[in-house]
Amino acid sequence: MSTIVAARPPPETRISPVFRFAMLLPGGLVTFFLILFALGLVVFLAFRGNDGSLLGVGLTAENFLTVATDPLYWTVTLRSLVIAGLVTLATVVTAYPVAYYLAFHAGRRRNLLLFLVTLPFWTSYLLRVFAWKIVLAYNGVLNSAFIETGLWSQPTLAFLNTPAAVVVTLAHAYAPFAILPIYVALDTIPKSLLEAASDLGARPFTSFRRVVLPNSMPGVLAAALVVFVPTVGDYVTPAMVGGPASTMIGTLIQSQFGKANDWPFGAALSVCVMLVILCVVLVARGADRRFGSRT
Amino acid sequence: MSARADTNSDGRWLGLYVLAYLVFLYLPVLLIPLFSFNNSIQAAFPLQGFTLEWYRTLYGNPALSGALANSLVIGVIAASGATLCGITVSYMDLYGRSPLAATISAIARLPILIPGVIVGISLLILVNLIGLGPSRVSIVLGHILVALPTTVVVMRSRFAAVPKTIREAALDLGASDWTTFRRVMLPLSAPAVLSAFMLSFLISFDEFIVVFFLAGTEPTLPLYIWSQLRFPRSLPTVMALGTVILTVSFIIAGAAEILRHRGLGAPAAIQPEAQQRRGERE
Repeated sequence: MSTIVAARPPPETRISPVFRFAMLLPGGLVTFFLILFALGLVVFLAFRGNDGSLLGVGLTAENFLTVATDPLYWTVTLRSLVIAGLVTLATVVTAYPVAYYLAFHAGRRRNLLLFLVTLPFWTSYLLRVFAWKIVLAYNGVLNSAFIETGLWSQPTLAFLNTPAAVVVTLAHAYAPFAILPIYVALDTIPKSLLEAASDLGARPFTSFRRVVLPNSMPGVLAAALVVFVPTVGDYVTPAMVGGPASTMIGTLIQSQFGKANDWPFGAALSVCVMLVILCVVLVARGADRRFGSRT
Repeated sequence: MSARADTNSDGRWLGLYVLAYLVFLYLPVLLIPLFSFNNSIQAAFPLQGFTLEWYRTLYGNPALSGALANSLVIGVIAASGATLCGITVSYMDLYGRSPLAATISAIARLPILIPGVIVGISLLILVNLIGLGPSRVSIVLGHILVALPTTVVVMRSRFAAVPKTIREAALDLGASDWTTFRRVMLPLSAPAVLSAFMLSFLISFDEFIVVFFLAGTEPTLPLYIWSQLRFPRSLPTVMALGTVILTVSFIIAGAAEILRHRGLGAPAAIQPEAQQRRGERE
């Protein structure tokens, strides 16, 4: 294998400037204009006062003061963090065994199974949430199925419009996100490590706890991140199955750009969410490095 | 020997768990097709009998066909844009040897770490600033952004799976960068290009969170569905429409998955082997 890679000067040194420019142009426009500039606008707007105009007026930290002093925003932010945290925990914990099976036991069925667990990812998110609405509704699938089977006689309202409904729906909607990163991490563990562990007398559980689990942590953290980020800012699921008791921070941002019509304040809320996510990313990075140093 | 029996029974239990997991994953979604054929306005047991009535309501609905046309046009344009960006960004990231290319590639994958609602409002501010306002063009821009991480990841892994020697041979034989890219690397990655296009089309076609902020007077299909959810009477129609959309999504995603592994047939893990085989053939 190593004989193929011949050592010789790479030909990349003579890339023509025109080619380089043409190839960098589309991606450069999209990344710098649509991503960085647009995010910059959000940060800028967050420090402006609301006078009904597009970019607001003045230079003020009042939006952030409101966020920091009004207990409503603390409650909603905390609720969003708890819901997103529970969803992340549930998704990662339930996905781990599936990824483990894919990596070590699936054999010839591996590609088919990988396809099956990722397929829902490519279907409409709105429809997946809608499916839970009909499952949990008062005259819905779950209630009617229970009555049909005689488990209880009255439909119950207890499913829909609860934070629990939001957690279940989000965990289901983002389940496919978690499997792939964990699977990749498990699959890249050298088999020799496992053989060494069992040769040295480790029982299967010990070798799982001391070898497999720590080595798969980068994948687990990546999975946690890709589930946490979209769920913490979600506003569709709370609106569909959550009811008023499960308003999340995404709902508040959305209403600032809709009914409430206070764009600068919505921008400030968005900046706060991005800061929270930044903290989570940094914590995950730190944890990653800690686990990384162990291998 | 006992250790071996252990792992086998482990595997069996895990296999059952995976089966249960798949049921949990698919069951709620499959209820939509089930009740779309049910002769009742409510999605509840017991089933009331088979009907195609709800599918008939899909025909001759101008609002629905308008939304469908919008979604298709926006999907094709946004997918083309996202695929073009994905190809160029990942190619330059791998072979461009410039810090700028690496930076662009890193930023292109950044939307994964931004909740959709913030992507939506940031673009809403932007399109209002440049005078586009909420419109179909704005939706296309938003969907290029949402699909970009996927196309970059798909194209990057494909370009990386093409043996380095092929590209170097082309350059050594005097092909220009442009010729090497267009006549060698792009044809070798054609299935992945198609796969990236199909996946980004699906992303755009199903996308709701961002489009919610960017749509003007012409809604896309998910926005049409959202607007119908308020009326309990139109629930069965939504389920019929949902069934059609789910079926199309499954078919396109399946085809994209098959394409992604075709040609080189080299998932990263068996790449050296493929490289060797290719080397012999040359």
